[in-house]
Amino acid sequence: MKDVITSPKLHDCRDAFVAVLERLGAANPKVVAVCNDSVGSSKLGGFKSKWPERLVNVGIAEQNMVGVGAGLANGGLLPFVCGAACFLTGRSLEQIKADIAYSNANVKLIGISSGMAYGELGPTHHSIEDFAWTRVLPNLPVIAPCDSIETAAAVEWAARYEGPVFLRLSRVGVPDLLPPDHKFELGKANLLRDGDDITLVANGTLTHRMLKAADILAEQGIGARVLNMATVRPIDVDAVVAAARETGAILTAEEHSTFGGLGSAIAEFVVAEAPVPMKILGVPGIFAPTGSAEFLLDEFGMSPAAIAEAAVALIARKSSRA
Amino acid sequence: MQPNDLDRIARQIRLRDLQAVFEAGAGHIGGEMSAIDILTALYFRVLRIWPDQPKHPERDRFVLSKGHVALALYVTLAKRGFISEEEIGTFLKPHSRLNGHPNCNKVPGVETNTGPLGHGLPVAVGMAKAAKLTGANYRTYVMTGDGEMQEGSNWEAIASAAQFGLDNLTLIIDHNRFQQGAALKDTNNLAPFPAKLEAFGWDVTEINGNAMDEIVPALERRGERPHCIVAHTNKGHGISFMQDKVDWHHKVPNAEQYEIAVAELSEAL
Repeated sequence: MKDVITSPKLHDCRDAFVAVLERLGAANPKVVAVCNDSVGSSKLGGFKSKWPERLVNVGIAEQNMVGVGAGLANGGLLPFVCGAACFLTGRSLEQIKADIAYSNANVKLIGISSGMAYGELGPTHHSIEDFAWTRVLPNLPVIAPCDSIETAAAVEWAARYEGPVFLRLSRVGVPDLLPPDHKFELGKANLLRDGDDITLVANGTLTHRMLKAADILAEQGIGARVLNMATVRPIDVDAVVAAARETGAILTAEEHSTFGGLGSAIAEFVVAEAPVPMKILGVPGIFAPTGSAEFLLDEFGMSPAAIAEAAVALIARKSSRA
Repeated sequence: MQPNDLDRIARQIRLRDLQAVFEAGAGHIGGEMSAIDILTALYFRVLRIWPDQPKHPERDRFVLSKGHVALALYVTLAKRGFISEEEIGTFLKPHSRLNGHPNCNKVPGVETNTGPLGHGLPVAVGMAKAAKLTGANYRTYVMTGDGEMQEGSNWEAIASAAQFGLDNLTLIIDHNRFQQGAALKDTNNLAPFPAKLEAFGWDVTEINGNAMDEIVPALERRGERPHCIVAHTNKGHGISFMQDKVDWHHKVPNAEQYEIAVAELSEAL
């Protein structure tokens, strides 16, 4: 599947989200959008012009936004609660815990512009803690699609799923990686490329960088398995254990802190089920300096070349153990 | 049901609540006693509900935002037939579905999980807004504590309820003048409440929240704006030595105190 990158064109996954949301909205009058003055940044202008009364804008008040979402679901509606991921999760975490996850409210939380998408706006606007905050909550699937195809599929899935969902989207352009007819399955990683020497796991904006890193490794005669793991909770334990047993080393990368995110979630199972050398790439536990998301990902060692270097170093640890 | 009958039921609920606190060795008895008259009026007169169909789409919604008085809600739900009266005996016991704060996925009649303060009102705003969007006729009621109004999320919700024109929403503030550690006035005194709510675009009614003949008409009032009932209540109402004593926020009576309290509540049953 080396030619899995089907198009070099970059897509803003928010467009895929709202296209599906508007399709769902046309088919089901119970679909409502809830936002915190974020009509523009959540790209809800089209939804608003079609169904102005079904856009519930609570103003700049995220705690109320999430609570209102729970109440709308109690009243029989299907709310998509949209806001910048940093505020949606950080400001309203207790509402997400008590009103949504613990109450089992059928609410879809859509974190927009996650990771370091707000780049130069600085760490207040970065959402590099949200995997950690949300994935510890029971009853809340946490999903970060890697491209517009997976975004659309995940939104379709979320609308069908009875229960809370946290969907983490970016605004940074990414190429389409998955086949156009891709169907989203919760907790199921996608094998994008097979290999025996190491497994590279990523989601969101890092998956395409991992594929490029695998290309670089292939030129060096290293076979890297690449897994796209959109679902951070529940983790695809079978894919993780198979990766550990069959390739002997796992390198993860994410637009998130190295503490508590995708890599940590994988490590929890690697330690328990099949210990092998691991390396977690991400934001190394600091408030990021000024820069765009793309710049910062490179800065933190997540350019394809740097990922490939980290993979080579990790493979060396594997052989030194043998 | 008339105020006299409601008073009798409220006394029975108080007595069962007291017994359950005594047996469990825990509870929030002060705030339970202040709220029970309003809970009784809601469940035995005002709310349109069907205990055998707790998820009926047309049911009126009640949200107990001051979730720490869950026991008062459990006893009321049991008396109204949502759960069995025997089940109250399991309160706080291992694996009981009746823990210290109500769980909507386990206890029929509970609408949303509360416990952390400042959560119920935003959810109630969503419920009332949903009725507006779907054309449903149910009404939404939510009860907060007065100390709970210190949570900023409530004021986010109050502003949005007015903006959305939620004339189908009633907020009851159980104004018993005490919070966990001290009097409201010595902590962060939001009282008087009426002018603040009116400034946000709400209608406000002030009542004696332990007087049934004032509670019922206030709950049944209908207007064109969201409605707040500022219910002046007594913490520990109905048990003389508990009344207006901050200690009784979550203190448990000893055997002697228990006998006195039972005797007081049993009068005129």
